[in-house]
Amino acid sequence: MSKHKKETKLFDPGLLGQATRQAFVKLNPVIMFRNPVMFTVELGTIVMLIVTIRVIIVSDASQGSFIYNLIVFMVLLFTVLFANFAEALAEARGKAQANSLRRTREETPTKKLDSEKDSFQQVPEIVPSSQLLKGDLFICETGDIIPMDGEIIQGIATIDESAITGESAPVIREAGGDKSSVTGGTKVLSDSIVVKVTTQPGESFLDKMIALVEGASRQKTPNEIALTILLAGFTLVFIIVTVTLKPFADYANTPITIAAYISLFVCLIPTTIGGLLSAIGIAGMDRALRANVIAKSGKAVETAGDIDILLLDKTGTITIGNRKATNFWPGANTSETEFIEMAVLGSLADGTPEGKSIVELGADKGISKSKMAGMEFIAFTAETRSSGVNLPDGGQIRKGAFDAINEIVGNQGNKVSARIFERVQLISKKGGTPLVVSKDGEAKGVIELQDIIKPGIEERFDRLRKMGVKTVMVTGDNPLTAQYIASRSGVDDFIAEAKPEDKMNYIRAEQARGKMVAMMGDGTNDAPALAQADVGVTMNSGTQAAKEAGNMVDLDNDPTKLIEVVEIGKQLLMTRGTLTTFSIANDVAKYFAIVPALFITSIPALQGLNIMRLHSSESAILSAVIFNAVIIPLLIPLALRGVTYRPIGASALLRRNLLIYGLGGVIVPFIGIKLIDLIVSNWY
Amino acid sequence: MKIEILGIVMMILLVMALAIPLGKYIAKVYLGERTLLDRVFSSLERLFFTYSGIDPNREMTWQQNLKALLTINIVWFFLAIFILMNQAWLPLNPDKIPSMSPDLAFNTAISFLVNCNLQHYSGETALSYFSQIAVIMFLQFVTAATGMAAAAVVFNAMRQRSTDKLGNFYTYFLKSCTRILLPVSFISAVILLFSGTPMTFEGVQHFTTLQGDSASLARGPAAAMIAIKQVGTNGGGFFGVNSAHPFENPTYLTNMVENILILLLPVSMVFALGHYLNRKKLSWTIFGVMTTGFLLLLIPALYQEMNGNPALSAMGIHQPMGNMEGKEVRFGSAASAFWTISTTITSNGSVNTMHDSLTPLSGMLAMLGMMINSFFGGVGAGFLNFYIFIILAVFISGLMVGRTPEFLGKKVEAKEIKIAMIIALIHPLLILSGTAIASYLYAVNPAANAGWLNNPGYHGFSEMLYEYTSAAANNGSGFEGLGDNTPWWNISTGIVLILSRYLPLIGPVAIAGILAKKKYIPETAGTLRTDTASFGLITFVIIVLVAALSFFPALALGPLAEHFLIQ
Repeated sequence: MSKHKKETKLFDPGLLGQATRQAFVKLNPVIMFRNPVMFTVELGTIVMLIVTIRVIIVSDASQGSFIYNLIVFMVLLFTVLFANFAEALAEARGKAQANSLRRTREETPTKKLDSEKDSFQQVPEIVPSSQLLKGDLFICETGDIIPMDGEIIQGIATIDESAITGESAPVIREAGGDKSSVTGGTKVLSDSIVVKVTTQPGESFLDKMIALVEGASRQKTPNEIALTILLAGFTLVFIIVTVTLKPFADYANTPITIAAYISLFVCLIPTTIGGLLSAIGIAGMDRALRANVIAKSGKAVETAGDIDILLLDKTGTITIGNRKATNFWPGANTSETEFIEMAVLGSLADGTPEGKSIVELGADKGISKSKMAGMEFIAFTAETRSSGVNLPDGGQIRKGAFDAINEIVGNQGNKVSARIFERVQLISKKGGTPLVVSKDGEAKGVIELQDIIKPGIEERFDRLRKMGVKTVMVTGDNPLTAQYIASRSGVDDFIAEAKPEDKMNYIRAEQARGKMVAMMGDGTNDAPALAQADVGVTMNSGTQAAKEAGNMVDLDNDPTKLIEVVEIGKQLLMTRGTLTTFSIANDVAKYFAIVPALFITSIPALQGLNIMRLHSSESAILSAVIFNAVIIPLLIPLALRGVTYRPIGASALLRRNLLIYGLGGVIVPFIGIKLIDLIVSNWY
Repeated sequence: MKIEILGIVMMILLVMALAIPLGKYIAKVYLGERTLLDRVFSSLERLFFTYSGIDPNREMTWQQNLKALLTINIVWFFLAIFILMNQAWLPLNPDKIPSMSPDLAFNTAISFLVNCNLQHYSGETALSYFSQIAVIMFLQFVTAATGMAAAAVVFNAMRQRSTDKLGNFYTYFLKSCTRILLPVSFISAVILLFSGTPMTFEGVQHFTTLQGDSASLARGPAAAMIAIKQVGTNGGGFFGVNSAHPFENPTYLTNMVENILILLLPVSMVFALGHYLNRKKLSWTIFGVMTTGFLLLLIPALYQEMNGNPALSAMGIHQPMGNMEGKEVRFGSAASAFWTISTTITSNGSVNTMHDSLTPLSGMLAMLGMMINSFFGGVGAGFLNFYIFIILAVFISGLMVGRTPEFLGKKVEAKEIKIAMIIALIHPLLILSGTAIASYLYAVNPAANAGWLNNPGYHGFSEMLYEYTSAAANNGSGFEGLGDNTPWWNISTGIVLILSRYLPLIGPVAIAGILAKKKYIPETAGTLRTDTASFGLITFVIIVLVAALSFFPALALGPLAEHFLIQ
């Protein structure tokens, strides 16, 4: 979970006003045409308007009273407006979210450099950030706000990214390698860097995302297209039903008012899902944005719901950063205190995370040492493969991998004791890393380093398994270690001793078997795999190449974010599916409200079909259309929040949703229409 | 009363007992596995293929399969027209029956070509024995086999692989004839033969009655034809009044046999699917949905018919045998109602009772069976209709579990939904627009079209609605009482017949073909299973909502209005 969920209230007053205005703007038929269901409702509304006006002019009693026609017209108009409002509200919320991100990149004075000259030797020219073009260079020094997304080409700096990620701990970014990318709006805390602008103005990922949310460049996703076809098909069925009813009624000498025809039609076509469809799609993008994920397309979010396999890097995702010392195992002739002292002394000057963790573990056990005058520290070299310290009294402490220390010990004519050797093997078998400590050419004991598995990760993998997603750990460790960590963390499979191309090969092989694969990466060498994966999430700290290759960018640099993304994708599809079911199930009650109402005047026998005992023909029709209109705004919160996904297996999920939205969809309108009828029957 | 119900239960149980092994056998035939009948028919089939120059092992794409299907159908059409229009001089015409007029020949050829068997003639007086055999019986075999072969192509496409090679239409077609239709029909014909159904090439028998009047009795090679009429969901009878005729259906026993045959192959095809794909749970799910639908139509119909006509009851007339108007005393009201629902859900269309005389609700239930047209349905074609609803159900329920919908490991996308929706639309479109135009014509000028309806009003509306429903479902039964031998009815039902036969064959084969080509996605815990009760339920609900509720307003003006009126 991201550390700072940015919650906008569902009905923020400012957004409501904006959405209401947009609801009217969207009445434009050219815009409405994108949504066939609501477009036909709009056409029906126009026809009703004409009928209403005609009733005043020629006072045609056969079409019902002016007021009655006017009410039907108004209700239909509101049906369209409610649908537009839902879409506009979703857009407004997405826009608000995007704007809060965009605000971080307001006009910033930029120290622009001439790319022809040597970067650090020239006096920068101060320009507004909006004038920066792709390929320009600028310099940022301590305290500067980085004006634009770019790649560091010189220098190293600590950067405060809290404006984007909400994470207050500063991060280090440096030229070259996989941590060279900087984001506009973040702040340089120390040092200075030269940055090359990587995007044209207005074309950053954030800009693209804002455009997607605003609807300007929003394209329908494949599932959305298929669903639109389905809904258009249903609409056509009901056009046939309504149109053919006219000659049927003529045959039966049953006059039916135009208001009744249009009401029947509008009630039967799936307006509920038709009105909320685009709002659901936008809300899905918006939810991704709230999780601090920038999706490059709506399709990417949707695809995430279909993922079968998740490739996860071990370090940082499954385990916490680096290995840590977990145990001291002294040899036969050494007391524990003595050994810990030795180990701590030998690690005092070791700046690696492993070294630091040895000192920390020693402190936890009550033994802390500080540097003494006369100590000579021996750094790790590729040749000795060990590090350590020469004490003022001439003692030599060394620590390193078993074979390195074995060599040192062997050179002195000694042997590593069987007890230490067994311990080394035991630690390796458990997936840990043994560090042997020697003093003056004698092996004294073993320090055990272990990967620390993130708390709660096992439950998350379990959840994924229930969703049908297989997790695969990618690690540079040997297969033995990988196996051990895999079994402890509950990951389903692993790729050990992974080289960059292994990810790519794995993805290809799984895709060939019909699986959908998601992965997260940051480095340039991840780029091909990110591009190959069906869903590639790039960390914001990653290189530009990696960001271009993936189809989502995670602003939090949180490797477990993929899990959230999968759920957002599933939620998106589920919301569409359940509301479609609800909408179609509603038809049962609407049929039973309107069909008797159409014929009751001329065929009183059909009163038997009026199982809801609605008051009159007019009240039944009005109740049905009012219910049909009101249900749209009532479902807006559900459409925007999304239906909650539960990893309980597909069949159980189907049963659950069928019960709530299918059966509920049948029952709710019976109750709703009856209640509305009780009120309406006071006048009709 | 109780014994009548017992008869119904026995028929249902016998259908089950026969359909399960027969389904397994059909699957074996289509899989090309060894069966007992290999020895009998292998050489015969080889003969066909050698002389026709067709390579039975050449795998065809879905387009090629459909092309073969349509081509062979056109050939039959012209063959049928030719024989009907020249039967006067062709052999086997002991009663000197004249050649058919072109329009009646056209109508008859189309009607039998599409496996509908709407009959605008009376077999006794209008067809020679040669026409009965070479046109009617021949088409009853090959059109049933056409539907089965199309279903076999879809079965083939549903297997776990990615391919565009979907078997050979001609092989499926020929084997459907030789291995399935022929043996089952042969056994059935023998049973009918021994129960009194005639099988002779001698012409009309003239005799003198006890009163001294001279009379003539039509007969002919009936037993053979009646068997395939029921087995292949054809329904077109040898004699005019179909299975109400004492020669076509002499006893309660033959009635049971024929009724079981009506249901046998449509039910077997469902079990064949399970064996063919080795997904028996899937076929039980489909069977469950279809049976539920069948029972929901059957039980109220039984209740209505066995309780008699409420209008008569209101007059104080006791009806111990139920509503017997238009029914045969040897069958009784329960067996007649069971036949009515069996023949309408399966697109068979043979009748042993006059549907026009059913109580209004039973008449509506019979119509609903045809409007839905996928609770078992015609041999092959019924499953294909159901397949369309599976695709729609897969799509909606797939979304409901948060995954791009997939059916048996294939993603269902916009193109398939488009085809499925068009096919689902066609049926209500044809029925409702046909009835609408007819109603309009009648309403505008009742005097000119007075000959159409013996019973104007709600019942007349039901008659028109029934006629188009029967044509669109390729059923062939009639709500008699409609004067349907006019140019309007001949032409309009003819158009409906052709569209409603070929489009629903093409659509599912196309969808299956497109899906077959897609990449196969192995199942995971997140995959929606299509062989569960929940999935069955959603399929059922979609069928009811799309296929049944679209007709609700029309039914309200016809049978429902009549029903509430006579209460």
